[in-house]
Amino acid sequence: MTDILRELFSPELVFLRYALLIGILASPVLGVVGTLVVTRRISSLAGASAHAALGGVGLALFLQRVCMFNWCTPTVGAVAGALLAAIVVGIVSLTAKEREDTVIAVVWALGMSIGLLFLERTPGYVDWQGYLFGNILLLSKSDIIMTIILDAAVLLPMILFYPAVLAMSFDSTFAELRGIRVSVIYLILLALTACTIVLLLNVVGIILVIALLTLPAATAGCFTRHLWSMMVLGAVLSWLFVTGGLLSSFYYRLPSGPAIVVFAGTVYLAALGFSKWKGKR
Amino acid sequence: MTPVIEVNNLSFAYESGSTILEDVNFAILEGQSGCIVGPNGGGKSTLLKLLLGLLLPDNGSIRLFGQPPRDSRRLVGYMPQYHQLDAAFPVTAIEVAEMGCIKPGFFPFYSKKDRADAMAALDELGIADLADRSFADLSGGQRQRVLIARALACHPRLLLLDEPTANIDPGAEEQFYATLAVLRKRMTVLTVSHDLGFVNRETDVIICVNRKVSVHQAENFTAEAADAVYHHEMNFIRHDHDCFCHCGGKHND
Repeated sequence: MTDILRELFSPELVFLRYALLIGILASPVLGVVGTLVVTRRISSLAGASAHAALGGVGLALFLQRVCMFNWCTPTVGAVAGALLAAIVVGIVSLTAKEREDTVIAVVWALGMSIGLLFLERTPGYVDWQGYLFGNILLLSKSDIIMTIILDAAVLLPMILFYPAVLAMSFDSTFAELRGIRVSVIYLILLALTACTIVLLLNVVGIILVIALLTLPAATAGCFTRHLWSMMVLGAVLSWLFVTGGLLSSFYYRLPSGPAIVVFAGTVYLAALGFSKWKGKR
Repeated sequence: MTPVIEVNNLSFAYESGSTILEDVNFAILEGQSGCIVGPNGGGKSTLLKLLLGLLLPDNGSIRLFGQPPRDSRRLVGYMPQYHQLDAAFPVTAIEVAEMGCIKPGFFPFYSKKDRADAMAALDELGIADLADRSFADLSGGQRQRVLIARALACHPRLLLLDEPTANIDPGAEEQFYATLAVLRKRMTVLTVSHDLGFVNRETDVIICVNRKVSVHQAENFTAEAADAVYHHEMNFIRHDHDCFCHCGGKHND
């Protein structure tokens, strides 16, 4: 135990401290946004948004290094790409429901391809694997500040509008008939999902981010019968998965993203098996 | 007296294709109850969406209590088909019933009166003891009654029920008819059904929809009238007060 504590406070391991801190700070967002993604069944939309983030990263790095736009950091690009994809797919799903899956597939592939093409033409070394699979060495203080801002941006409206969000998630037609502005809430939810995805890119990477967004909430869903309790348990489980995955990746010298996801996936399958075995929740 | 529902010269087509509803005219008066019947694809769901204000007519007008549907929504209770909703959603029966009282705006929390109204609606439907049960654990008939309670929680004057007897077992269906008999004494109830068997003792007006719409008083509804809508053979049994008919064969578009 003292070994762990000593290592956690050693100056060479500042990135691990950042990663663990982000695990704590991001868990409320993961619990809330993850629960809404799972219950609204928009995980493939979130996947498209994550892959489109790579398009934004590629374009941003290209502009930064070739066109000397210094403000155009990979984070700015990732936020722009993820947001654009989420809003485009969201508007399509609100207006023409039958085309949604096609549009998701196109945005998914197009976003990733654009990103890889720009990264190829960007001079200098680019750690593209880090974007795909996560690289906690890239975490910095700005990630922590971003996480705190996102916590506020997600939790505040969630607490203020919980009954409306519950009604919309359960039955959006009925909520609309009661005067709730469901398309506005839906688009805000998509925007927050996109921001959450970007936040997690350095921790687990584009390919695995959907797993971290959905697994804690889906595991919580096996044991809860309220939306709010699914969010709370989802948040606790996110923290547990990220912390457990990070520590095991550190001690066994494994890549952090896959370690977190394998841990979370195993617990989810066990929970699913347990709840089926119990028959009833 | 203002009719509860008044539809004049209504026509509607989806952007993609052919006309779904053409030259629809009917009215339902206070205290009457109606049933919208017709084959699948005939335009029943479209008519329901128009009445709810989810779609806007291409031509003609719809008035509920003398207002366009979008302005009269607080007077209307709506029950969708329960299997259109996510069966695994984490929510309890009372939480669903409370949604009937939700108000738009910046403080969408429920008052004590809202909670009491939701509980009273569950109680009226005989499922107060299920209030804290998970919606996912309820049977089809129980879920349907929770959704009726949600529609009743805000004290509507018009109740729209979408396929209330689809996918529930015969016992639950009998209970539903008993509930309907009570409800129609204090509000207008309009039901949508793909099954002419639904046309029954609790209906005053039968609205047959198959692109065109024809309206019949329940006591005058005959085999010929049903046949004109469905365009295929039916077995038709008429009892003293109830009339049932069973549609066989193909659907008609």
